Amino acid sequence: MQFPILTTLIFTPIITGIILLLMPAEQKEWIRRVALAAASVILLLSLFLYFSYDVGRGGYQFVESAAWLPQLGIGYHLGVDGISLPLVLLAGLVIFSGVLVSWNVEDRPREFFSFLMFLGASVLGVFCALDLFLLFFFFELAVFPKYLMIVVWGYPKTREYGGMKLTLYLFIGSVIALVGTLAIYFGSGLRTFDLLALEQAGFPLEFQRLWFPFVFLGFAILGGIFPFHSWAPDGHVAAPTAISMLLAGVEMKVGAFAALRVAIQLLPEGAQYWAPAVLFLATINVVYGAFIAMVQTDFKYVIGFSSVSHMGLVLIGFATLNRDGLIGASMQMFSHGVMTALFFAVVGMVYDRAHTREIGSLGGLVQKMPWAAVGFIIGGLVSMGMPGFSGFVSEFPVFMGAWQKAPLVAVVAILGILITAAYIFLVVRRVFFGEIPAELDKSVGDVSRKDKLVIALLSLVMILLGWFPSLLTRLIEPGVQSILALMGGGR
Amino acid sequence: MDWIYNHLLSLILFTPTAAALVMLLLPKEKTALLRNFAFAASLIPFALTLVVWAGFNPQAGQALPFQFVEKANWYSAIRASYHLGVDGISLPMVLLTTLLTPLAILASYSIQERVKSYMILFLLLETGMLGVFLALDLLLFFVFWEVGLVPMYFLIAQWGSKNRNYAALKFVLYTMGGSLGLLLAIQLMGVAVGSFDLLELYQRWPTLTELKIPLGLSLPTVKAIAFWAFVVAFAIKVPVWPFHTWLPDAHTEAPTAGSMILAGVLLKLGAYGFLRLVLPLFPTESQMYAGALAFLGVAAIIFGALGAWAQNDFKRLIAYSSINHMGFVVLGIAAAAALLETTSPAGMLDKNIALNGAVLQMFNHGLSAAGMFFLVGVLYDRAHTRDLNDFGGLYALLPVYGTVLIFTAMASLGLPGLNGFVSEFLVVRGAWPVMTLATALAMIGLFFTGAYILKALKMVLHGPLNTRWKDHLSDMTGRELLVISPLMILMLALGVWPAWLLDMINRAVAFLF
Repeated sequence: MQFPILTTLIFTPIITGIILLLMPAEQKEWIRRVALAAASVILLLSLFLYFSYDVGRGGYQFVESAAWLPQLGIGYHLGVDGISLPLVLLAGLVIFSGVLVSWNVEDRPREFFSFLMFLGASVLGVFCALDLFLLFFFFELAVFPKYLMIVVWGYPKTREYGGMKLTLYLFIGSVIALVGTLAIYFGSGLRTFDLLALEQAGFPLEFQRLWFPFVFLGFAILGGIFPFHSWAPDGHVAAPTAISMLLAGVEMKVGAFAALRVAIQLLPEGAQYWAPAVLFLATINVVYGAFIAMVQTDFKYVIGFSSVSHMGLVLIGFATLNRDGLIGASMQMFSHGVMTALFFAVVGMVYDRAHTREIGSLGGLVQKMPWAAVGFIIGGLVSMGMPGFSGFVSEFPVFMGAWQKAPLVAVVAILGILITAAYIFLVVRRVFFGEIPAELDKSVGDVSRKDKLVIALLSLVMILLGWFPSLLTRLIEPGVQSILALMGGGR
Repeated sequence: MDWIYNHLLSLILFTPTAAALVMLLLPKEKTALLRNFAFAASLIPFALTLVVWAGFNPQAGQALPFQFVEKANWYSAIRASYHLGVDGISLPMVLLTTLLTPLAILASYSIQERVKSYMILFLLLETGMLGVFLALDLLLFFVFWEVGLVPMYFLIAQWGSKNRNYAALKFVLYTMGGSLGLLLAIQLMGVAVGSFDLLELYQRWPTLTELKIPLGLSLPTVKAIAFWAFVVAFAIKVPVWPFHTWLPDAHTEAPTAGSMILAGVLLKLGAYGFLRLVLPLFPTESQMYAGALAFLGVAAIIFGALGAWAQNDFKRLIAYSSINHMGFVVLGIAAAAALLETTSPAGMLDKNIALNGAVLQMFNHGLSAAGMFFLVGVLYDRAHTRDLNDFGGLYALLPVYGTVLIFTAMASLGLPGLNGFVSEFLVVRGAWPVMTLATALAMIGLFFTGAYILKALKMVLHGPLNTRWKDHLSDMTGRELLVISPLMILMLALGVWPAWLLDMINRAVAFLF
């Protein structure tokens, strides 16, 4: 038997989280170092997975399988394919960055980093799970650290509201998804939660059409689908920086990913049937989210709503159910994750120093924190789909997919790009250029070296991917092929 | 050595980027080092272009006129490749770009603040522009088409004059907005044909008979819509009336070197898009709508000239003159579009002449507009005003400047013996038999060209001397003469002996159309 690398990947943060809780609370420096060490291990392991995945062979690799509750058909079954591996890498990047930008958390860092690790374990677990029960287990594992981190370390004014709203929304979503999941379990007649077995179950058409909306919508709420998106901006804004990064950067992908893995892969005929409805909602996501982002006066809300807009493109890509659309959606999940993590990191850096997020009271910050400005600009260019950055190579295939399925969607959704460009340029100009307000001139200093490392790392990933999209599509292509095979072909 | 020779175009394309990356590591206080480094780095693509020029064989008997072709996998998941090549249309544009960039950098030695970021952006801009001219893949074309906006936006917004924020945003949103249709059309074509390779699209898109896209529209309608999407994107960039309103603002607010590149190269991107993409990909539609295109071109000529005539801001005047001159490029393209499927020998000849004129006019306007903007900048650096009413009688004070200005202005005006005359004559000669009325109207526009140029010369150089300038203005420095002299030499050379360039253009034009 080979080395259980996925188990190591998932349990590194869990064990680290426990160790952190056992450490004395006043050893703040050591707590940070332990967290950083664990985050580095996670990043290195995910990089190792990225480089050692055998593209030629495709399919699920690094598979681990053990009986867990055989009486109920529940197994400990892990594996990654071309769709989930980029997301594992994304999680590794964002957890690592999240630890670095949280270095200055002085309020109970022990619990903070410990919960951060549990959250990381949860997302990694979802991406690697090949058992429906296990997937759900990890999916729900996120609830308590998410809620606590928002209400304890969040933005004092809105943290109770934001945390409660987010938790309730996601709770409702997971209840709906759970109902659908149980229907799948019983409907299959196989008495197993194993995803690979369920993929071959061949559910009847009527069954698929009936249950697809439950499973898909339940998970897609976490992906921010309209009209159930409003938890996202409120929750993101209320959360502390690292949690905003993880929530918008990775957790929203968890929702989208689970919707793909469970709803679309298990119920492909249902997906075909409901695709027009999903396309419709997701198109609203793209355009409406961009419009709302444009009128925000709070720096962080702009980014919060931009996530709603961008996740719409992921959902459009899913709903096309064709090769180009799915490739684009997978690319967009990764690209948006990195981009929004960088955005929230920079917003946090600005807020920590300026103590305000009102766009009107900021200005000229490029003189004080040039790295943050450049990072935000690069994130903004990704966001508006500027060629040369990862956003373009991700959105483009989504649109190609949309052309094949529903051309009108492509024509309408492209407006999102122009609106995004408008608000990004405006925000960049108001926050980073122009006159610097006098009180900021005195109080604001440059970002730390760890912050610079985060900015450089995430920016570099987005530029590299923009010029060399094949770095990821080499994985994604075979992954998409096997999804298409479930639909009986594709092109 | 072989490797270098086989990858010359990539080297031309990415040397500026590499130099920009190196500059990131240089200390930002050493402005002299930064300037000289950027200048030296920008000379490398120029030298390499000369190597390509020397190795380019205008009479090569290949199936396609593209040479120095490179092709490699790029975004294979959606069937786009890294495909570069030059022909007689793109090579002159590459030469123009690699020539104007070092000159513009030299002209930017007067920039004092944030020299490092400025030079880095300028070098990145060069890569963006070159990529458009070199790309033989539609997706790659679009990537470079858009990516150049970013450095240009920041050059205007950071180093421009008073109204720079408004102008920069207007510039970028206009261009991006115009490109949305282009982007959609490119996606549609990529999906319909299954490839973004330009050479393949040349073969298969115009002859497409069946559309695999559930649009509910007939194929000719879809093609017509795609045609207009392309036309609008390029018309905004050229710019053609009525899409020109971003230009006077952007040009006026941009720093001198930015205006040189904007007028000298960026406007050519639009015209180049017409030649490289619109005519070959949409022959039927181009022919059908040639009249409309000619109308827009003539409107640009006349309104551009009238607009220029009405200006009292020297720089704004030159900005409007760009609209006027680029109108001739559009007129030439429209005339060729009308004759695209002609078989009569006379018609073939007219078409060739018009296209030769259009391409040559692109090159010529690049020289003269860059020169004029530079000269406006020279004056502005000294006087800190651009209001024509503030000047007068400067010839006596600045004889060298006055001479250079008159020379450049005459080239711009189309004086026989200088370059502008040759290309405008060719366009008019080629367009006359097909579009007599439009051409005749364009000639009237040409009259106003003379009027506004002479107005500018008169208000700056002649008349009574405005005494406030006495002892306050100094004549051109050696560096400034170094910037303008290559342009002047080329203006004269193309005026008296244009054959060296026309040979190259003619072969590509005759093949492609």
